[in-house]
Amino acid sequence: MSTTRPAAERTPRRNPLSMLSGGTATVALLLAVVFAVIATQNPSFFEGPPLMSFARMAAPLVLLAIGQYFVIVSGEFDLSVGSLVGAQVVIAARLIDGDPSRTLPVLALMLVFGLVVGLVNGLVTTVLKVPSIITTLGTMLILFGAVRYWTGGAPTGELSEAFRLAGRGGIEGVPFLGQLPYALIIAAAATAGAVWLMRSSYGRSLMATGDNDVAAAFSGVRVWRVRTTAFVLSGLMASVAAVLIGGFSGVTAQVGDGLEFTAITAVVLGGVVLGGGRGTVVAAVLGALTVEALFTLFTQLYLPATIQPTVQGLIIIAAVAYASRRGDLRLPERLRRRPGHPTERPLGTSRR
Amino acid sequence: MTDRPLLRMKGITKSFLGVRVLHGVDLDLYPGELHALVGENGAGKSTLMKVLAGVHRADEGAVELDGTPVSFDHPVRAQRAGVATVFQEFNLLPERTVAGNVHLGREIRRRGWVDVRAMERATGDLLDDLGLEGISPRAKVRSLSVAEQQVVEIVKALSQDARIISMDEPTASLADHEVEVLYRLIARLRERDVALLYVSHRLKEIFDLATTITVLKDGHRVDTVAAGDIGPAELVRTMVGRPVSQVFPDRVEPRGERVGEVRLDVRGGGNEQVDGVDLTVRGGEIVGLAGLQGSGRTEIAQALFGMERFTRGEVRVDGRRVDPRSPRQAVRSGVVLVSEDRKTQGLALNQSILANGRLALDAVWPLGARRRSRRIPGILESLELVARGGHGQEVRFLSGGNQQKVVLAKWLAADPGVMVLDEPTRGIDVGAKQAVYRLMRELSAEGVAIVLISSELPELIGMSDRLVVLDDGRVAGELPADSSEEAVMAMATGAPPDEAPEQDPERHDPRTLGGGPPVSDPPENGPRSHPEEAAP
Repeated sequence: MSTTRPAAERTPRRNPLSMLSGGTATVALLLAVVFAVIATQNPSFFEGPPLMSFARMAAPLVLLAIGQYFVIVSGEFDLSVGSLVGAQVVIAARLIDGDPSRTLPVLALMLVFGLVVGLVNGLVTTVLKVPSIITTLGTMLILFGAVRYWTGGAPTGELSEAFRLAGRGGIEGVPFLGQLPYALIIAAAATAGAVWLMRSSYGRSLMATGDNDVAAAFSGVRVWRVRTTAFVLSGLMASVAAVLIGGFSGVTAQVGDGLEFTAITAVVLGGVVLGGGRGTVVAAVLGALTVEALFTLFTQLYLPATIQPTVQGLIIIAAVAYASRRGDLRLPERLRRRPGHPTERPLGTSRR
Repeated sequence: MTDRPLLRMKGITKSFLGVRVLHGVDLDLYPGELHALVGENGAGKSTLMKVLAGVHRADEGAVELDGTPVSFDHPVRAQRAGVATVFQEFNLLPERTVAGNVHLGREIRRRGWVDVRAMERATGDLLDDLGLEGISPRAKVRSLSVAEQQVVEIVKALSQDARIISMDEPTASLADHEVEVLYRLIARLRERDVALLYVSHRLKEIFDLATTITVLKDGHRVDTVAAGDIGPAELVRTMVGRPVSQVFPDRVEPRGERVGEVRLDVRGGGNEQVDGVDLTVRGGEIVGLAGLQGSGRTEIAQALFGMERFTRGEVRVDGRRVDPRSPRQAVRSGVVLVSEDRKTQGLALNQSILANGRLALDAVWPLGARRRSRRIPGILESLELVARGGHGQEVRFLSGGNQQKVVLAKWLAADPGVMVLDEPTRGIDVGAKQAVYRLMRELSAEGVAIVLISSELPELIGMSDRLVVLDDGRVAGELPADSSEEAVMAMATGAPPDEAPEQDPERHDPRTLGGGPPVSDPPENGPRSHPEEAAP
């Protein structure tokens, strides 16, 4: 009955470990190399406590990278997370003002605030059709300015010890590691949750939306809801990251500055291609660890921290150039669409 | 008319991705003539035009302009040589004035500054010359009607001393009185010895305007005749006359429960593009929608699938009234669409076969998705999908036929009651076509109601149980399954008098009010004119 022939299928170059495809293997290798260099500089790095303190430092970035991953994989950007983290820490300090009994209500409020910011970002992008890079740039400036206006440039108040526990504390007396930081547990749980989510129907719809939102919409995906949810997840992740960061940083107006770019760098380094539809959560997490490890390495080499943005810029360009050479890079659908077959008129379709 | 052609195209051959769309086409164009290029969709008219315009390069063949061989590798080269093309989409800057657009890139300068006045004067002279005083050179293009914009395109071509102007369906988006303006303009152009190459699906226009007609078919030139030597019926025959070479699988014994029940019922459906659409499809039935490009076939499919909406009339699916506002709602009500453009509308190309296959389930029924998606490998198997990388392979690496099978599998997993297939075999190989045909037969035997849209008449006739012919957004009539291609084409173009049914007189057909060349041709009030009347 079959007359179908495999019309010269091109088999893609596949990684033998399909789990590690989509740039995951590359970034894992990169992380190993950076760790190896760190080990040569500081052989004691891999003895429990230093490693755990590294994990504690890296946890917020991991959370932000996961949030950013959801947004980027859906084909959008979220530039507002850095400002959101800053705003959250300042608000928390002011509202708690050293009173431990207010810790839990304030934590809840922070989550709600992150959710609302994500919802606004998402709805403005999907319903008002403002490009997300503009929407979140706007949100970033709004939060940045609002925090400075509200605090007069000098944040007041103080976080409670209970609040700082999540970022600072840990389970004591773990063999070899010493203290197992709560931050690490939270980041690991978030990673596991994100991996599960991306395998669910929601994650599959999100991925398809980032790949081709027209085809996704025509398959029944509510593109606006899926994308808005991604922004909300990003806002929630930023809130949790703010709790961790509040645990070990001082309360200043500078908290969170530039974190959005660090998160994007981490995600891009993980091979989650800008434009959406590709890459894994694990790659984004490994990307975050790699960026943090690089910063650690710089500290060990006595390089000034001020050089970090420059390095991030180099990483972003190099990673995207690498991806586009491999043919992984895809322009967003709207930029990619060309007139169809010359004898056919392209069907006019709305973007979403 | 001189003996020497202004333009001579010889043996033009062009392939896209290994598919040959032009096979050694010859064409001579004389000054002052209007040469109509006719043929079915996909016959190669537009490609030939684009070769002339320098958009595409011919693989083989030669173009001579005034006896000198030329080869345009860029549209600008063609324009400089005096060959201008007015495409369906205009290339005008909406925020500039008419004069600014006409002189775009060739602004008149004085002492280094753009001399706006001189440009306006030159444009005004040209407009006056063509008897188009109604358009001000100072008007912004944005404020002009579509027809006026088209005039600006033509004036732009003339200001570059174009001797050849080709037009691709210039009346497609014009209202009746605007067509008249175009007719007048064309007459003036011919007086100025400009040679015109004209593509249109509308037979009346062709017989109104053309001096010579070239018929293309499947990329071959079938015939070139003087317009006076051929009648509309004969022209239609030349356009479609092909041996029915394809073999379609036999009907399968119906076995589904819902065979014979009315599953889709559209009553008086209409919106901006279509009107008065009545369409009833029973389970087990394949109804073909026939019609030319732009006749409303795809628009009906889109309205059924919630991409557009019917603003009038009602749609019932399995007896329930539905008004889908999104594809999602359509899918929930049991209507699915295999769209004509599978790469931009059907597939997420970087995702795996399996991910695409279960996308509709994930999107619409997330709770049962995992369970229901277990069927997908079986469905893919039954579609004979061949992928070397297994079902985890990304669909962008698949051939067109296999990609189409993934789209079909996605919808089969959703258990549709009504399936709309818009050009389901476009760009896929013969084997995959057969698989699609067999699948359609199987599905209809199981009681699915199928609406088939296809530009390939043999396919439409061979697969459908019934044909609904559309013309200009309305149902022109219904034909039985064994109708001839000529009958379908005739009804779709509104050609011969005996086939064309009465039309709703409320709605004007742009063709009827063309007005004709300068000779005053009183606008007919009948809803449909017969090309015979218009034929010279």
